[in-house]
Amino acid sequence: MTGPLLELDSVAGAGEIMEVSMGPHHPSTHGVFRMDVRLEGEKVVRLKPVFGYLHRNHEKIAEHGAYLSAIPYTDRLDYLCSMTNNWGYCLAVEKLAGIAVPERAEYIRVIVAELTRFQNHAGLVGFLLQDMGASGTPLMYAFREREKVLDLFESLSGARMMCNYMRFGGVRVDCTTAWLDEVRRLVPALPRFVDEFENLLRANEILMARTQGTGKLPRDLAINAGVTGPMLRASGVNYDVRKVDKYGIYDRFDFRVPLGDHGDVYDRYMMRILEMRETVKILEQALRDIPGGPIIDPKVRLRGLRPKAGEAYGRIESPKGELGFYLISDGSTNPYRYRVRPPSMINLTILEDMCLGENIADVVITLGSVDIVLGEVDR
Amino acid sequence: MTALPAQQAPLAGGPGLPPVEDIKAKIEAGVPGAVVAVIHNASPSAQHSLLLDAEHARDVALFLRDHPDLRLDYCSLMTGVDWLDTETTEKVKVKKVVDGPDGSQQETEVEEVRKTKHPGYLEAVYHLFSMEKKHGPVILRLRTANRTDQTHLPSLTPVWRSAEFQEREAFDLYGIIFDGHPDLRRILMWDGFVDHPMRKDYVPPADDALHPGVHA
Repeated sequence: MTGPLLELDSVAGAGEIMEVSMGPHHPSTHGVFRMDVRLEGEKVVRLKPVFGYLHRNHEKIAEHGAYLSAIPYTDRLDYLCSMTNNWGYCLAVEKLAGIAVPERAEYIRVIVAELTRFQNHAGLVGFLLQDMGASGTPLMYAFREREKVLDLFESLSGARMMCNYMRFGGVRVDCTTAWLDEVRRLVPALPRFVDEFENLLRANEILMARTQGTGKLPRDLAINAGVTGPMLRASGVNYDVRKVDKYGIYDRFDFRVPLGDHGDVYDRYMMRILEMRETVKILEQALRDIPGGPIIDPKVRLRGLRPKAGEAYGRIESPKGELGFYLISDGSTNPYRYRVRPPSMINLTILEDMCLGENIADVVITLGSVDIVLGEVDR
Repeated sequence: MTALPAQQAPLAGGPGLPPVEDIKAKIEAGVPGAVVAVIHNASPSAQHSLLLDAEHARDVALFLRDHPDLRLDYCSLMTGVDWLDTETTEKVKVKKVVDGPDGSQQETEVEEVRKTKHPGYLEAVYHLFSMEKKHGPVILRLRTANRTDQTHLPSLTPVWRSAEFQEREAFDLYGIIFDGHPDLRRILMWDGFVDHPMRKDYVPPADDALHPGVHA
């Protein structure tokens, strides 16, 4: 075990240990989440995350239904990023049943997934700055921008957050030219928003003092603990599933993978800002190249899909990290085993390691920089 | 998923990896005494897996993590799977002595249905990738002896920390007991809960039994 668990007796001045239960209804926990924290003065000597308050056994529900019927439930995992959740699940089913996706659908998927990534990162940075006490302003800036993306999702899929948009073999409805034009109008304005957003606080002295060197995650521990997404790359590991697996059509786009150096809260904050800029690049290329054609494989049987007995693991780079779906088919109409690899939950494994020896106030921003959504952690 | 017939062509490993048989041979050469079997996956994903014996599982895991060509430093997914007890039936002809119509004893051939029970098991599945070499997946499987009283497996959390919460989840929802896990507690269900809800034969209690008093 790498995480040093300090026994109470071994801590100097053990009489002064105070146990605090942070959450589950604390605004800084981003949902119904609790941390059992032991403090010596203001210093954290033990921290155990406690969750499961939103547990509804999502996996069991999906195993009781047909393959198609799990898609709307995936919306509710990471409820800020329903589009990428749909994609992860559809990718796994496509691998399991050997389904090909038409070109136009691949482009639409990239467009909606990158818009999702943009609004997720904007929201996260807003929340993180809110956690640091920059009350309201950054979050409202982020939400103003997120609203524009959600309006686009609504006109495309009919829902702002629970989009239920993708299907194995493609997407549910085609996008209109008018919709694409609207995205084309929005995307060129996004870099200006990132500039404005970044300039709010990036070089702010208080922000730097709070975040630099706080919640450090060493590179080797990050790899061993299976940390993924912007958090992993903030620790300097070049691993992005879009580049490694090149799922969908990600090999066609020219974009860079930003890397951090220190693995602290500041790097994780910057990682989101830089990834928003790369996302804009991908969006520009996808909007330029999107072809016409069908949006779903006409031969695919959505209802009553019965893949051959076997198993498949499909994974994508969701805004939070590597989102994977593991499916076992026994040849019937519903999956024998349906498993979600939730990046939010696995990224919490090392929360204690990052917080030990830090001040209690820094626990809040360290947790904020992990980017968790409890719908996905608890499933 | 059946055991692989010997004469088949080598099964591909994950992208960038040698065929699974080669990985199996590497393990058997590197970890003396390890028993490894290739599990064939007939789906188009062609993700074949390696079944390990519980006794050597941790040595094999360490070997795979530190092998210079494989460097499987990243355990992406760990999960439990429940396989129920199964029963196969076969018809056999048996000679039996029966009473004839005239009261004498006669020997005749009777067809009998014979049932054989195969005990079910719980399975722990690990999907390994390499962040250094950017290849994968290599899939490991461990199986318990049965579903009832022998559900112990070695924990691989000391090898890959990412299994820590996921093994706790498999313990919570499937009842696999991971020996050597640093902190094996329920993770999603509450502490006083007794059963394992992801098991295939789990019967949920009525709502008012879970929350006594609420509906009274």
